[in-house]
Amino acid sequence: MESLWLSVKLAAWVAGILLVFGIPLAYWLAFSRWRWKFFVEAAVAVPLVLPPTVLGFYMLVAMGPQGPLGSAWSKLFGRGLAFTFQGLIIASVLYSLPFAVQPLVVAFEGVDRKLLAASAVLGAGEWSTFRRVILPLSLRGVATSAILSFAHTLGEFGVVLMVGGNLAGITRTVSIEIYDRVQSLDYTQANRLALLLLALSFAVLSFVYGMNRRVRRRVWIPWASR
Amino acid sequence: MGLPVTPESLTAEVRLERSSDGMSPFLLDVAIEIPPGFTMLFGPSGAGKSTLLDCVAGLLKPSGGRIAIGSRVVFDSARSVNLPPQARRIGYVFQSLALFPHLSVQENVAYGLLGLDPAQRRTRTKRILAAFQLEKLRTQKPGELSGGEKQRAALARSLVTQPRALLLDEPLTGLDAALKSAILDDLRAWNAEARIPILCVTHSRDEVDALGERVIALDRGRVAGEGTPADVLDAPRKRRLAQVAGFENLLDGTVLDLRETDGVMRVALGEAAAELEVPLGYAAPGDRVRIAIRAGDILLAAEKPGRLSARNLLRGRIAQLQDRGALCIARVDCGAEFQVHLTRGAARELELAQGTPIWLIVKTHSCHVVRD
Repeated sequence: MESLWLSVKLAAWVAGILLVFGIPLAYWLAFSRWRWKFFVEAAVAVPLVLPPTVLGFYMLVAMGPQGPLGSAWSKLFGRGLAFTFQGLIIASVLYSLPFAVQPLVVAFEGVDRKLLAASAVLGAGEWSTFRRVILPLSLRGVATSAILSFAHTLGEFGVVLMVGGNLAGITRTVSIEIYDRVQSLDYTQANRLALLLLALSFAVLSFVYGMNRRVRRRVWIPWASR
Repeated sequence: MGLPVTPESLTAEVRLERSSDGMSPFLLDVAIEIPPGFTMLFGPSGAGKSTLLDCVAGLLKPSGGRIAIGSRVVFDSARSVNLPPQARRIGYVFQSLALFPHLSVQENVAYGLLGLDPAQRRTRTKRILAAFQLEKLRTQKPGELSGGEKQRAALARSLVTQPRALLLDEPLTGLDAALKSAILDDLRAWNAEARIPILCVTHSRDEVDALGERVIALDRGRVAGEGTPADVLDAPRKRRLAQVAGFENLLDGTVLDLRETDGVMRVALGEAAAELEVPLGYAAPGDRVRIAIRAGDILLAAEKPGRLSARNLLRGRIAQLQDRGALCIARVDCGAEFQVHLTRGAARELELAQGTPIWLIVKTHSCHVVRD
């Protein structure tokens, strides 16, 4: 049960951090007209297609005592980053980035540009328009983004194994523990945890879809208006 | 209330370069002045009406020109002035209205008043909701409103910010005439106090007549005419304008002779089978001209009438008769083909049918000489 709690904690941290960084990044991706923007789009999407071992490998190297991340971290906090919970958070944030950013970009881009123009001619600046028009009309996307990154982190295996190793209470998440149990032929325990993870994931996703359904009915849809 | 003390005009000199094809150097090249009150911006679709409005509002940057309200310059390419839309204080009601779907009517209307203190915001919102008869709908979302109610809300939302000028992009399209005029009465009443210039885009001739103190006709990004609706649209001097102003008959002809003392000239139509007397224009005998005549300005007679003030009497036959419910459209072949509108009753009385011989009567001043 310790491993499950660790997974939930990790997922919550990752979802929270991704919300904070994902919203400005997604806003930029949705509205910037920079010609090289596609490079950034590609970079954000890379974790979707990369094997977790590749990402995990480079993260591990970067987090090592000689790596840029690891050395900077130890200068700041006086200890290493590899095989720690913090290191796990950083790697998972990168790995779940596309899951957080894509729904936000879609939501921001889906806001009718005429509404933005209307907001501007009514005197509202960019930040005000974002806060009063774009964000309230993108709440579904924000919730979807947070829940998807939470759920995705919850079920993560490869990156955790590469960066975190398998330290009980520190980096042994539930997916790692399941793997462990299977290796040691403890199928009963593995099944118990797997079932728990399955149920949790299903519950979380049901919540996303259920929430979207409820919100959708309240939100104004042009073709459903009287 | 901090309204402008003296009414100020909106002046806009806008040039917008065409981005790709080089047919014409400018997509838009106009210089207009909009005095306080209603000015209609009339023209066929694609004439550049909405583009012009976007430039004035600051949503689109012109390649050159100057836009000002009174002495307040909001855009001047020569001095590199280009205020963003939120700093221009120009109200703009889009065709789609663009009400914020997640906000109630009241919140929509108060949207532009964020800078005010709450008490003032409430007073102003309350006052405009009353003026546009929206009090009862205060808490409704735009999705729950009818078309007319949405339009009222959009107008109120723009006007409550006390803009220096108001741009309307066909905001009343799709409303029935009674509702439209009720909303316009509210708008007029509001503007009696504010006295701001209102530029209203339309492509409907009826709307021009209903509203128009002044009209500016736009065609292919150029001002094709401006003045009173009667001046601009009833006597169009350009062919495209005549088409959009609802002149069903556009006939090619050749000038035969000028009768300057009478102020008329004679024009041979088509293959010279028919002649028309039309008002004198800038033309010489032998010139090709085009004559515009409204289908409703032509009379039909079953027998040849005598001693008539109308100068044009043409003999022909009905080529085609179409029943359009309230009105009949007759195509009459007099050597050149004319379209004539008449009531069903008249068509019955004259016993019109395909092939019926008929006399066609056109007053000289119902004929308008237009240029291409």
